Amino acid sequence: MTRVAARLNARTWARTWARAWAWLVPAAVAATALVVSCLVLVAAGVNPVGALGALAQGAVGDRFAIADTLIKTCPLVLTGLAVAIAFRSGVWNIGAEGQLLMGALAATAAAGGVGSLPRPVALVVVLVCGAGAGALWAWLAAVLRVRRNVSEVIATIMLNFVAARLVGFAVHGPLIEAGGRYPQSDALPVSARLPATADGLHLGIALAVLLLPLVWVLLHRTTLGFRWRATGDNPQAARIAGLAPARALMTAMLASGGLAGLAGAVEVTGVTGRLFEQFSGGQGYTAIAVALLARLEPLGVGLSALFFGALAAGSGGMQRTANVSAVFVAVIQATAILALLAADSPWMARRRALGMARRRALGITPRRAQGGPA
Amino acid sequence: MSETILLLAGSALALGTPLLLAALGELVCQRAGVINIGVEGLMLTGAFAGFLACWATGSPLVGMAAAGFAAIVLGLVFAVWVVGLDADQVVAGAALNILALGLTGVAYRAFFGVTGSALSVTTFAPLAIGGDAAWLAPLRQPAPVYVALALVPLVWIVLARTRLGLTLRAVGEAPEAAASLGIAVGTLRVGAILVGALLAGIGGGYLSLAYSNTFVEGMSAGRGFIALAIVVFGRWRPLGVLIGALLFGAASAGQFHLQAAGVAISYHLLLMLPYVLTLAVLAFASGGVAAPAALGRRREE
Repeated sequence: MTRVAARLNARTWARTWARAWAWLVPAAVAATALVVSCLVLVAAGVNPVGALGALAQGAVGDRFAIADTLIKTCPLVLTGLAVAIAFRSGVWNIGAEGQLLMGALAATAAAGGVGSLPRPVALVVVLVCGAGAGALWAWLAAVLRVRRNVSEVIATIMLNFVAARLVGFAVHGPLIEAGGRYPQSDALPVSARLPATADGLHLGIALAVLLLPLVWVLLHRTTLGFRWRATGDNPQAARIAGLAPARALMTAMLASGGLAGLAGAVEVTGVTGRLFEQFSGGQGYTAIAVALLARLEPLGVGLSALFFGALAAGSGGMQRTANVSAVFVAVIQATAILALLAADSPWMARRRALGMARRRALGITPRRAQGGPA
Repeated sequence: MSETILLLAGSALALGTPLLLAALGELVCQRAGVINIGVEGLMLTGAFAGFLACWATGSPLVGMAAAGFAAIVLGLVFAVWVVGLDADQVVAGAALNILALGLTGVAYRAFFGVTGSALSVTTFAPLAIGGDAAWLAPLRQPAPVYVALALVPLVWIVLARTRLGLTLRAVGEAPEAAASLGIAVGTLRVGAILVGALLAGIGGGYLSLAYSNTFVEGMSAGRGFIALAIVVFGRWRPLGVLIGALLFGAASAGQFHLQAAGVAISYHLLLMLPYVLTLAVLAFASGGVAAPAALGRRREE
């Protein structure tokens, strides 16, 4: 018994508690977001049980629903990773939306030229073009920030609109389908389509799953990732340590934009098979919620993307059967972000430190729990 | 030719007004050191609340009051988060945009169901200025346009020539120093956020009650983001913001007129112009220099 107690010394206890807290918060946040959103439904005169039931039915009700959830999760994994890398490096990349669109645009343009190549080669070319275009789009904002001191928040938002207009221009002009009837591109040649099952589960999903641990390794086990995190945690300290924050910012934006661009390329080659206006539907903005709910951790992005992917998949069914606008999902996203911000806020951290000190002073917390997370 | 110019000037003023209102609000907010990228959401909320209240009461004035009130409520949420909880301003602002999109969408469907034809409401009538003199036609605008224009000198006087304005700017430049002089930094920032929200809400209300006579989902259509750009473009000064708003208004007006005149430029490329223009101005006018020193910073940093 004494040995067990000894093993549960202060540090172990603190670490266990910190780990549990790291999982507890997102779970509590997701629950809070659902509850608050239900209150909105009640206020709107809708039966929340029916609406959420329809939502769940559309997300996991049958194998088609589950496949749809996975398909909707895929771009959120990629863009969520993109946002997580940028935010971790202290760059507010609000531009995943534009980078995704540029990726899709470049992939579509490239697909027109690779029809005769063998499929694996063609696919690699198309996906690399997409990722490259996304990285280039992010690079523009990074250069403006580093060279001209332009806020990357404003620059990436502006670039989102420019990208949306470029896509509009392309599908009305140079990339319009051969018949010219609808403002959309030609269907991509088969060699530029990702292999998929009958349910529509495409190879891009496997790619996204593979990238989760890869980005984790990049962020936590490489020098580059260390530079990013150091710069994000404290740019002054990073500069003093000789880490060149400007370079970290540039590389983080390139990686971030590349992932978002890849998301666009995967969507067009794996799901839609064509480019058209409103191609993205705001996935680049949802990505912010995904990354935050994952607390900017690559492995967490998988779970949080699954949560938002399920919401996206279920929203259509909810609109049809429960007559709740599909944008209701936006309410859940926003309340989740707000709840997370509250849970992670400096104010909350101070409260927790205060509560712990008070408990310690009153002798409520066992001595060994001292040194828990502040 | 002169007719075209008059027409263009009129629509530049009409299209610039919502941008001017929202940008003036954001200017006040940013001079206090708070960047609120949720202007877009606040405008959308104002547009919906204004439409709803006007539809219920038949009075555009009541609609405008509701637009301002609803935006203030949402602004209060933002204030609680960034001032009370000390949360990150960019992320909280992004959440505000998403929240407003969802709430207005759900509420519109709850109130009006899925109507095929768009509902329309009574709007602010254009003021009868100068009888029917043709050259005064651009000035025959609804009252909110003149309210917006009058706000420019008002905001300038308050910011530049009053004690309150000086204190507010101190909070935006050096919050720690201000706090050490006994200035209530948090209270002032909350005030600035709410003023910003009010103006953004009215700017949104203008969209549904003066510029058009109806509400459609997401009708703010990126104007809140342009307002953000205009604040930077105008270098955080009311007069600069006025010039920026009129320029952007003229750019979008020009694009409509070119379209109508059948000029063979893709309208997608024209719609892109304001954003490219903003980026160019930011890049060549070294945008960061004039910004309030503590913009976007939290207490800890």
